[in-house]
Amino acid sequence: MDAVMLSRLQFAMATMFHFIFVPLTLGLSLIVAIMETLYVIKGDEDYKRMAKFWGKLFLINFALGVVTGITLEFQFGTNWSRYSEYVGDIFGSLLAIEATAAFFLESTFIAVWVFGWEKLSPKLHCLSIWLVAIASNVSAIWILLANGFMQHPVGYVLRNGRAELKDFGAVVSNPFAWQQIFHTLSGAYLLGGFFVLGISSWHLLRKHEMSFFKKSFRVGVYMALIFSLVAVIQGHIHGSEVAKTQPTKLAAMESLWKGRKYAPMYLFVVPDEKHERNSVEFLPIPGLLSLLAFHHPSAEVKGLLDFPKMDRPPVLLTFLSFRLMVLLGILFPILAFFAWRARNELDSSPRILRYLPWVIPLPYIAIEAGWVVAEVGRQPWIVYGLMRTSKAVSPIVSSQVYFSFVLLTVLYAFLGAVDIFLLFKYARKGPEPVETTTQAN
Amino acid sequence: MNTIWFLLWAILWIIYFILDGFDLGLGTLLPFLGKNEEERRLIYNAMGPFWDGNEVWLITAGGVTFAAFPKTYAVMFSGLYTALMLLLVALIVRGVSFEFRNKVESGLWRWIWDVCLFVGSALPPLLLGVAFANIFKGLPIDGKGVFHGGLLTLLNPYGLLGGVLFVFLFLEHGALWLSIRTIGELRLRAGVMAARIWQVKVIVLVLFLGATAVATDLFATYFHYPFLLPILAIPIYGIFMSRNAMAEQKWKKAWFGSAITIAGTALFGFMGLYPRMLPSSLNPKYSITIYNGSSSPLTLKIMLIVALIFVPIVILYQAWVYKHFAHALTPQDLEYEEAY
Repeated sequence: MDAVMLSRLQFAMATMFHFIFVPLTLGLSLIVAIMETLYVIKGDEDYKRMAKFWGKLFLINFALGVVTGITLEFQFGTNWSRYSEYVGDIFGSLLAIEATAAFFLESTFIAVWVFGWEKLSPKLHCLSIWLVAIASNVSAIWILLANGFMQHPVGYVLRNGRAELKDFGAVVSNPFAWQQIFHTLSGAYLLGGFFVLGISSWHLLRKHEMSFFKKSFRVGVYMALIFSLVAVIQGHIHGSEVAKTQPTKLAAMESLWKGRKYAPMYLFVVPDEKHERNSVEFLPIPGLLSLLAFHHPSAEVKGLLDFPKMDRPPVLLTFLSFRLMVLLGILFPILAFFAWRARNELDSSPRILRYLPWVIPLPYIAIEAGWVVAEVGRQPWIVYGLMRTSKAVSPIVSSQVYFSFVLLTVLYAFLGAVDIFLLFKYARKGPEPVETTTQAN
Repeated sequence: MNTIWFLLWAILWIIYFILDGFDLGLGTLLPFLGKNEEERRLIYNAMGPFWDGNEVWLITAGGVTFAAFPKTYAVMFSGLYTALMLLLVALIVRGVSFEFRNKVESGLWRWIWDVCLFVGSALPPLLLGVAFANIFKGLPIDGKGVFHGGLLTLLNPYGLLGGVLFVFLFLEHGALWLSIRTIGELRLRAGVMAARIWQVKVIVLVLFLGATAVATDLFATYFHYPFLLPILAIPIYGIFMSRNAMAEQKWKKAWFGSAITIAGTALFGFMGLYPRMLPSSLNPKYSITIYNGSSSPLTLKIMLIVALIFVPIVILYQAWVYKHFAHALTPQDLEYEEAY
């Protein structure tokens, strides 16, 4: 394998691994902040114990999210130095702003929160978790603005053999990036909601700490319900933005080969990339694709054959990931609705409690699939329409990349297993009993 | 503007060395100072609320290199590929060991993470020292910014000496930090350790400065700009400051002396490079400088505004955290349920 393919695999592995931990950080930091706020307002010790219990799971998850994030910042330079040189003027600034304006705040105040239970007043302590929650989310915004530039470059001018910044306002108000921001954040919040729901259900079924987990369940169910609806509705708007700005990605997402007006959506499709067609197309809904993409059934949707082969992304992977994400995306509000309906009868162990722990992995799968659509669907471009991925790689020998790829993969597999083991351990253990908590305070 | 950014770039790296320096040094000292479980936990908690925030200075130094000097970032990071990957692995296993270590009641489990902390703390100063010494000496980069060599190219005598220097600078820094943050016997041993390391550190530093005169042309910059020569006095001042303070058992002052030594040594190196950032050992014409490696004037301007607003804010709240959380630890602190 050449350095390009190895670097792509390494980047995909490192990013997808990193993104196992990021959404829970985003969602759970907010949930813990809400719980601690309820404690400060109501003075109910249960909410303090909730903040501590869910906070502990947050920290175990956070540890791996932070350290794997460093890899990503380094990788642009180590593996994609041509890219870094070409767009560093814009892309690099967004990453640097993220570090100075958000990441510092997050990393500093998470320690204040952990070590400050006895040192700070409840209000100040609560403020520290809000700073962490806000900083994590602001951090995500800057990173997604950077990714948004790769998806839909704006505000630049080609000068001195590279893309230079022309309009900073355009870069930070990039409409494509903001769609990604809303989509990613709502996905992260619904994931946080289902995480809390699933673990609470597990304990409620076993009649552990009923009052504690009923309250947790309520916080989780509202997060899951609200943001699974937001993710679906906003996801549709995001899709129309893709249709407008990245026609090749849209065509691959739908595996649409021949462009046409009144484009239907087939419920069942098997793409055949080799022969540039679909080997199976089944159950069409007339005009639906045109309607969804351009809000009009007669609108023309471009097909893959409208573009030269060298400009098309991998179809099968993009298509399958998109279908998977959409399927799960439709399932989430339904599940959240049933959980919400059961919120007042948790004592009688409704059946939904048995399913919810198994739902925990699903938002992770949906989010990773979504990123596959975004990143694989953008190929063959590293910056859509501006720079090809094959031209972006560092002038390094592939044996170096091979070495680092194997090293990082083995290390991540080990650490990921440890982290999940610890999450299981502490999630099952439940909150500290009341007596010790009051003693310690 | 480019010169301002070069100074800012150097300052960010120096802040990183000073702050992460003590926790990297202390992590390396863990097997030598932590004789029992209680002492080992004291050592972890001495770095407790700080290590994460300190490490962000590395991310920022890297990010600012990317933003203000994209070409420098591209050539530096791709050229030093394997060294940086090892640095990453070290920082990763080190970072998780804080969070993981105290989560399972098992001697073997804790031993694994103690080893990770030690290796993950010892390797970064070595790699950073090797990397920067090689930059001072000049890297084999051609006119297209391609690095001709590998990890072994970096492991030359001068590079290794730079690595050893960083290790000892940070070890001293870590031992003094532990003296500030503990009491009783552990503080006593940390103090003795700091005094011993001080001797080695001075020898290595003198050797390094001597080797720098032979292996690099950093001194040429100082003869070209004689007003920079006083920079050389900074590390020497720091060395004597920490020695005197150690004799009086004023650990905070000694730590600041050590911080000044680190800052002065790094500043000496960085300013000796000026206006180059990555000198080429193949041909001086191929060197990456603050001019041919920089971003556009607009980006430099916007980033300067961002830096001037946020860096002071960061320093303020981090100083607040140090003020409130850097007290001397007692065994009671280990009973705090969230302690490492």
